[in-house]
Amino acid sequence: MFDATQNPTLPARPGVGYKPQHYSDIMDNPGPLGWLEVHAENYMGDGGRPIAQLRHLAERFPISVHGVGLSIGGEGALDADHLARLKHLISWLNPASFSEHLAWSTHDSHFYNDLLPLPYTPQTLDRVASHINQVQDTVGRPMLLENPSSYLAFAESTMSETDFLRALTQRTGCGLLLDVNNVFVSATNLKTSPQDYIDAFPLAAVGEIHLGGHDEDEDETGAPLLIDSHGKAVVDPVWALLDYTLAKCGTKPLLIEWDTDVPEWAVLSGEIARTDRALALAAS
Amino acid sequence: MTVTQAAFRAAMLNPASAVPAGIVNPDGKTASKRFDVYRNNVAVGLSDALEAAFPVVRKLVGDEFFRAMAGVYLRQHPPKTPLMMFYGDAMPRFLARFKPTQSFSYLPDIARIELAMRHAYHAADTAPIAAEALTALAPDALMGVRLRIAPAIQTISSDYPIHAIYRANTEPDAPKPVMRPEAVMIARAGFDPTLHLINAAAATCIDALKAGETLGQTIATADDSLDLGAVLGLLLTQGAVTEIY
Repeated sequence: MFDATQNPTLPARPGVGYKPQHYSDIMDNPGPLGWLEVHAENYMGDGGRPIAQLRHLAERFPISVHGVGLSIGGEGALDADHLARLKHLISWLNPASFSEHLAWSTHDSHFYNDLLPLPYTPQTLDRVASHINQVQDTVGRPMLLENPSSYLAFAESTMSETDFLRALTQRTGCGLLLDVNNVFVSATNLKTSPQDYIDAFPLAAVGEIHLGGHDEDEDETGAPLLIDSHGKAVVDPVWALLDYTLAKCGTKPLLIEWDTDVPEWAVLSGEIARTDRALALAAS
Repeated sequence: MTVTQAAFRAAMLNPASAVPAGIVNPDGKTASKRFDVYRNNVAVGLSDALEAAFPVVRKLVGDEFFRAMAGVYLRQHPPKTPLMMFYGDAMPRFLARFKPTQSFSYLPDIARIELAMRHAYHAADTAPIAAEALTALAPDALMGVRLRIAPAIQTISSDYPIHAIYRANTEPDAPKPVMRPEAVMIARAGFDPTLHLINAAAATCIDALKAGETLGQTIATADDSLDLGAVLGLLLTQGAVTEIY
């Protein structure tokens, strides 16, 4: 099983999802920012400003490459062209970390630009493990796999998500990216306990933690339905869940994700400062 | 009660269809509003990508119309790769066939410009030759050489005033378009793509140079409207010539 302490990747400091509009702010006024995360697919062009900016950023900060399009949970074979693009990016950039999602997004060669859910069964476990092995063999390093936000359940599932992720890390040696907002969203939506989820999570394999905002809605029965939107500040119960998690596993690289309705740098700086305080609390 | 990804996708793309059996809420009941989250995410995500990709087409047809059209487009032409920055390659032919836009004959060429600008933005970086390397050649020698053209360079020839229409929708004080055929060249001297008015003969010449014809071959087939000096001057000032071979 992946042991985060034996695979140092990112520093246990605050990080942020990089948005090009913040380039100058990050270069001039990084504050406690210790690293940056970029979406792999945005840097798969041949050249131009995106690649040039990424080269500059990588001279200053450790970079985490976070893929959103590999469809590791897909029924079909992984997209060989996309794997080759990923290999190329990781080869030239040599990032501090590479991560992807426990989800699918491609079917019959069509990409749907969303993280779609899969049931947890011995059959899907075999398939996802084989895809992770293929990715790790291709890029030549262990990857981190992120827990999803769940809105619904599959009647056919026979394993818990935490057991599924633990089995994947045992079988493939991959690490895990723990998104505590996703934990909170899923637990609320599926009427389970987020603390129980953290208790059952293989925390030793966690190489990175994500924090983000979510939207609030209701389903047709009036039950709360939280939607992982990455378009708001992190809510207090998620900060509390982060403190709960760090108290169990110690400091980790922490990322603020804000992908829609992206605010000005001052707002993100406030979120980054709060992750810094959470790290200080966990270290004390 | 296995929910295949084919069944999930079919239901996701068709809001009128039932949620696949086997997808449940925490009480084991049908989870239609929960399933709608994915329906919404996919439609909104792909529509947003199209809006970002085609701001001028959107301005020409209006926000509300574009949103509705995007909903049709994304179901007919879902992305074929996870590179969302290139999503929308089929938009020109879609606009040409889509009944409500068929009468806007210039729209497909405007969409081609917007696609070309994005391809130029992400095109490989190249180092231009110094202008003197070309201007120093004797006329005979000049006619025998080929020019390697930067990958950002693209041309579009239209029966419509596409340069003027594009400018009128992106620049505050641009002149009103006058009906006439226009051709454009998309270039990228630094990091930001630029649009240049040329004529059809110049577009043909640039395409021939890109394809590896010698300068002599390109002018042998050109008509009187080709001003080779002007084409070469434009290519050189836009850093578009990367090698003489």
